[in-house]
Amino acid sequence: MFSACADPKAIEGLSWLSCYLTSGKHLDFYWSFVIVLILLAVTAPAAMIFGFGGATMARSPIAPLRWVGKAYIAMVRGIPDIIFFMFFVIALDQGIEYLKSLAVCPAGSAWPWQGLEFRVCAEAKVPLATSSPLMFQMYGFFLAVFTFAIVFGAFVANVLFGAMQAVPRAQLETAEAYGMSHGQVFRRILIPQMWVYALPGLSNLWMILIKATPLLFLLGVKDIVYYARELGGSKTQVYEYPHGDWRLYYFLGLMVFYLTMTRVSEIFLKRLSNRLSKGQATAAGEAMRRAGA
Amino acid sequence: MSCWDTIQDYGLRSIGIGENLLPKKDFTLCQEFTLIGSGLLWNIYFGVLALFFGFFLANALALAKASRHAWLRKPAEWFIFVFRGSPLFIQFFLAYEALVLLPRTGIELFGLTIATSWTTKAWAGALFVLFLNTSAYSAEIFFGALRSIPKGDLEAAEAYGITGWNKFRRIEWPTMLRLGWPAYTNEAIFLFHATTLVFFSGFPAFGQQGDALYYANYFADKTFNPFVPYPIIAMYFIAMTLIITWVFGRINKRLNRHLPQNMKSRIRLRPQLVR
Repeated sequence: MFSACADPKAIEGLSWLSCYLTSGKHLDFYWSFVIVLILLAVTAPAAMIFGFGGATMARSPIAPLRWVGKAYIAMVRGIPDIIFFMFFVIALDQGIEYLKSLAVCPAGSAWPWQGLEFRVCAEAKVPLATSSPLMFQMYGFFLAVFTFAIVFGAFVANVLFGAMQAVPRAQLETAEAYGMSHGQVFRRILIPQMWVYALPGLSNLWMILIKATPLLFLLGVKDIVYYARELGGSKTQVYEYPHGDWRLYYFLGLMVFYLTMTRVSEIFLKRLSNRLSKGQATAAGEAMRRAGA
Repeated sequence: MSCWDTIQDYGLRSIGIGENLLPKKDFTLCQEFTLIGSGLLWNIYFGVLALFFGFFLANALALAKASRHAWLRKPAEWFIFVFRGSPLFIQFFLAYEALVLLPRTGIELFGLTIATSWTTKAWAGALFVLFLNTSAYSAEIFFGALRSIPKGDLEAAEAYGITGWNKFRRIEWPTMLRLGWPAYTNEAIFLFHATTLVFFSGFPAFGQQGDALYYANYFADKTFNPFVPYPIIAMYFIAMTLIITWVFGRINKRLNRHLPQNMKSRIRLRPQLVR
């Protein structure tokens, strides 16, 4: 990074540390924090869409749709979510390759699950074996995000379903009395009104999502846990570092990162909840009205 | 080889009893069921012990957090914040790396040598982390319950002349448990789910003695077929969740036995999963 760092022997003390902390690997390490933030930024809206779809389906008057929605909501109860993470990453990967193999492989190809391996023809590999390493990383990241979205979508569906049920029936009936159609009641009354009931659950989920991000490591993405282990160890298979076992300090750093994230979110969500409660017929809203009066 | 032989060979494989080598090829359904089920022993071990010890620490922490004295309240608040605010996954890593740094030969104290190597093993180290983690989560639940004890109950107690320790033992503590119990049931379930993380974090599985997910992952890796082992482990966990719900439901019934039927608090499952 700095020109002074060119000769490792000549530097020591603080200047050594500054050189050490700006080495190429460390820049990758800092970049992986950005990856975590990107994951959060992409997964949260994706999970909201999945969850909204699931909750709406679970309320559907059409029975098969309702069953699908309810099954999706029930999926995450009773089963550790880490099992879903490990399952979906492989299952999605194989599913995509299988579907692609149906389209591009020559007719009469063998069934891909054979004994101890999963094999599709070379053209059906995703990404293709010839594509760049960046492509492989992007694909791995995409699979991880998709898996997160499915699992957290089910949690969100659970929360939104409860929130939709919690909107006072009288409000919906009033809207119907004004002659609104089913869809209009849904769009104009139910959706705007449900957020105040959904917010506690959603903020809880956001915290859980933040705390789930280290699981990226298990999904094969080179995330902050990966780099903390790599950089902190005194030697890896390839490199030897000029320091002892520093993994403890790296993990302490990660701990501080996560504690900051959750603390900042907590403060922010508290404000949001106050704003949403304003003028609502809930205990919090009533307390605000009293305090103001 | 019949299924009964497999169960004899692998039924206790996760704790080192039975066949030494794991099956390498030609996996049967029976093998997958047996090994994953044997791994479940570790999940039960971690879950039950962490929950049991955690219950006591959680009570102490909840009381400390509700204390008037800052020197009691502040440490409890920080403890709860640190363990609830950071991922359990990172806590496992951190604990493992810290325990590894202890001197291998043991610590000399007053001429006695205290062995330290056992603390880096999963059965001790991971259990300790889980114990602290569940204490923090449960403490927050109990603290919330403590604060929502109806004012009238406490005033009634005082009117009867029940004060101090007696008031706590006979009024506050039972009411706190009763109010917090549905949330505590969730905590128990999700602590149990969290035990699957143990062998995927810093703690290694010696001699391939791992928990249920460790074996499920082993099968999925070997066969490249996730569609068999993961549903099996899912079934095991659903069964365990039902058992926990039933046990805690019985306790809930007992805690609420003095209330009229229609006031009993029902236990609702709420996802509070990854930590």
